[in-house]
Amino acid sequence: MSCACPITAAWLAATCLALAAPVLAQHEGHKMPPADAASADHEMDMPAETPAPGQMPEQRSPHAGHAAPPQAGSGPPRAADAVWGAEAMRASRDANRREMGAMRWGWLMADRLEYRAGDGVDLGLWDVQGAYGGDIDKLWLKSEGEAEWGRRVHEAEVQALWSHAIAPFFDLQLGVRQDLAGPSRTHAAIGLQGLAPYQFELDAAAFLSGKGDLTARIELELDQRVTQRLILQPRAELGLSAQDIPELGIGAGLDRATLGLRLRYEIAREFAPYVGVEQSWRTGHGADHARAAGDDPSATQVVVGLRLWF
Amino acid sequence: MNDSSPFSGRPLSRRTVLGGAGTLAGAMTLPAWARGADLHDAAIRPGFDEVRGTDIALAIGRGMYRVEGRAAHAVAVNGSVPGPLVRLREGETVRLTVHNHLDEDSSIHWHGLLVPFQYDGVPGVSFPGIRPGESFTYIFPVRQAGTYWWHSHSNLQEQTGHYGPLIIDPAGPDPIAADRDYVLLLSEFTPMHPHAIMRKLKTGEAWFNRNRRTNWTDDYPLSGADRRMWARMRMSPTDIADVSAPAYTYLANGRGPRESAEFLFRPGERIRLRVINGSAMTFFNLRLPGLPMQVVAADGLPVRPVEVDELQIGVAETYDLILRPGGAPAYSIVAESMDRSGMAVATLASAPGLRAAVPPLRDPPLLIMADMGMNHGGMDHGDMAGMHMDHGAAHDMDAMPGMDHQAGGDQGPGAGHGSDHDGTGPAPSASMAGMKMRDTRLLPPDVAVGPGIDMVAMAPVEKWDDPGVGLRDVPHRALRYAQLVALEPGPDPRPPSRRLEIHLTGNMERYMWSFDGRTFSAVSDHPIRFAFNERVRVRLVNDTMMAHPIHLHGHFVELVNGAPPGHQPRKHTLIVQPGASATFDLTADAPGDWAFHCHLLYHMHAGMFQTVTVMPPQDGAA
Repeated sequence: MSCACPITAAWLAATCLALAAPVLAQHEGHKMPPADAASADHEMDMPAETPAPGQMPEQRSPHAGHAAPPQAGSGPPRAADAVWGAEAMRASRDANRREMGAMRWGWLMADRLEYRAGDGVDLGLWDVQGAYGGDIDKLWLKSEGEAEWGRRVHEAEVQALWSHAIAPFFDLQLGVRQDLAGPSRTHAAIGLQGLAPYQFELDAAAFLSGKGDLTARIELELDQRVTQRLILQPRAELGLSAQDIPELGIGAGLDRATLGLRLRYEIAREFAPYVGVEQSWRTGHGADHARAAGDDPSATQVVVGLRLWF
Repeated sequence: MNDSSPFSGRPLSRRTVLGGAGTLAGAMTLPAWARGADLHDAAIRPGFDEVRGTDIALAIGRGMYRVEGRAAHAVAVNGSVPGPLVRLREGETVRLTVHNHLDEDSSIHWHGLLVPFQYDGVPGVSFPGIRPGESFTYIFPVRQAGTYWWHSHSNLQEQTGHYGPLIIDPAGPDPIAADRDYVLLLSEFTPMHPHAIMRKLKTGEAWFNRNRRTNWTDDYPLSGADRRMWARMRMSPTDIADVSAPAYTYLANGRGPRESAEFLFRPGERIRLRVINGSAMTFFNLRLPGLPMQVVAADGLPVRPVEVDELQIGVAETYDLILRPGGAPAYSIVAESMDRSGMAVATLASAPGLRAAVPPLRDPPLLIMADMGMNHGGMDHGDMAGMHMDHGAAHDMDAMPGMDHQAGGDQGPGAGHGSDHDGTGPAPSASMAGMKMRDTRLLPPDVAVGPGIDMVAMAPVEKWDDPGVGLRDVPHRALRYAQLVALEPGPDPRPPSRRLEIHLTGNMERYMWSFDGRTFSAVSDHPIRFAFNERVRVRLVNDTMMAHPIHLHGHFVELVNGAPPGHQPRKHTLIVQPGASATFDLTADAPGDWAFHCHLLYHMHAGMFQTVTVMPPQDGAA
């Protein structure tokens, strides 16, 4: 599919860049002397390198002239080896290195598991993600879809991403997305997920399909605590496309926009039922596609659901 | 010992017992499970016995611990939480045999004790740890006196009950005279598994905080502009304790607030109360309404007496207090968690069962701009709300004290740079635009900048006058580090020959904690090194909005707090206030590898840990 709308494509690319820019700028400012870069790598994947005594530069001297004297020695800390033996020390030493800073954990969240009522069609929606990994690198899985209650699945996709922390509040995510309903498509995915200023949860991603179609999705959520347990969550989602994709019913430019408002009550932090309302619009060619398919380009839905994580 | 004692706090006997007796008594009173028998779900006793002498046996085991109706699997030593009071005598050499009945490795670290490094009790640093079913004998000469404690340094066991008090009687007369001598060990109980707590902290959403700012319904003195400013920074002014009530029940000698531990007195007596913060994560603000307290020792060592009405005790610190209770039948000892989500309560009673009113929790405090290291405009006098934050970041900074890395120079950074913090209002609002929360150019080049640093203190200054979060605006006298003056002259009058700066770094959202931007995993082979007997001035710069209790094993450090020459207070654990710096002098006179870490358990576990290597004396050196 050729790019029918270069202006849209350029705008789309600019949007993604603009989103990434502050993050990248933050990243650029880092001073990473070679020694630090080595340490940082070490922090990420922890190669089981053997210590090379004497190789460490004089470190921990914030400025010249304050370096440790030669009598402070060099190399890794091995005083206990002389008392208890290197072999006896190995297991606990390795455990410390694994446990204090290289911990890995998993997390699973169903941000939206909801029933949607509107215009006579009852829909079910899921929006689930999970991650496993450490502070910097994680395997991140996402799945989202919509089905007629008990019947046909309209939309379904899964994403498998490598999520890499690039800034205090943002992860860069790279991977693949597989569409499971409708025409089977595989996309390369690149995204940015994290916490934007003013506490907006941001998830923005661009997708390049195997057919060469470029699309993007931007999601923003904001948790507004009314009380310690009652939370009002405005949510916005934009669907963008660089080109018309008639067989998917997607129009070039801003294809769809959705605004939602959900009010949840955290019975526990991890278990929160909610009610809400959502309004979505198809725009431009997207609206034409919707009309052609006999759908209303504007839809309002009442939603009831659960937010779960553990 | 005396299980049927109605009090958790029996006065410590002034008598000394000859070595050897303790061993026999200890062996006879060990419960069955502690002798190796498997008594699953055996109940753990609250409060502690005493073991003393030069040959002491300790047994680590597992059991069920119940506090105010909630139960949890716990690790207990000699069958109680806290574990037994280990009573030593200065000048003696002690043998402590620790048997591990757990199905995992364990250890005991003697917190604040100057021991040969191989008996310091940190697995992977000083020794291999104690394997399941095995025992380990610690042997060391007792070189000091005072109030200390001990705890596990393995696998978050400290959270589950593996800790206890340690008191050393001086070889000569005690400089602190008292009619009665009590131990108050503050800690936490939680029904949650510590690994579950760690995971909640990592997965976020401020899981433990039930005092968060809300949009329309809270009573915090924050303007709309304040709220927007905090939101813009993606930080929370209520982020004061990472873990708090109701996940925690705060304990006084192993008892919950409704079970109120009790200490007896007769009016007019001088009561010595040895307060130990043996908690995993909680700073306590401690007071006895209606009764002033005289601080006479800090971290085990005597200080010139200071009378205050309240004090903050950071995790792992100890304070000895002299109390002179008057005519009231009872006084409540109230230890509020710093975030005021709960309290530990004990009672000073003139007869068993008497109780005084326990004041309700005060309103939760808030962090202020100065906690982000924004000390522009000086904090000379109290009114922080008068601070002008409208400078355009960097250009003013060069003039700021501390920013030129002249940490104190030879004259010391001096007390009095901090504010009095009276009437600390809410954070200044507006005019925050243009400020950079994270100007990494301010960091020295050896700090690794990355996602693990969410803030850089703009103008960190020493805050020896800061009594700590929650005590800045109390209407009575709160202890400040600036008031601590060592009673005895310090052992090393030399000026420091070297300066070292270490940054305390973190990311609250991701729950990453480190020194100089690197977790222990990244620097486990790159210790902080000192030559033998090197005298170094170390400046800790807190680039986070949390107070960190920093602990160096095997040494006392001297706070450069403006105390008279030679009388800088010596501590094993030092609170570095949010966004502030704190400077200490260290004589590296204990060869070996030592742990150096934040004593907030989950910060340490997240990586805020380093090894300090002190080289042995070399030929011609020393």
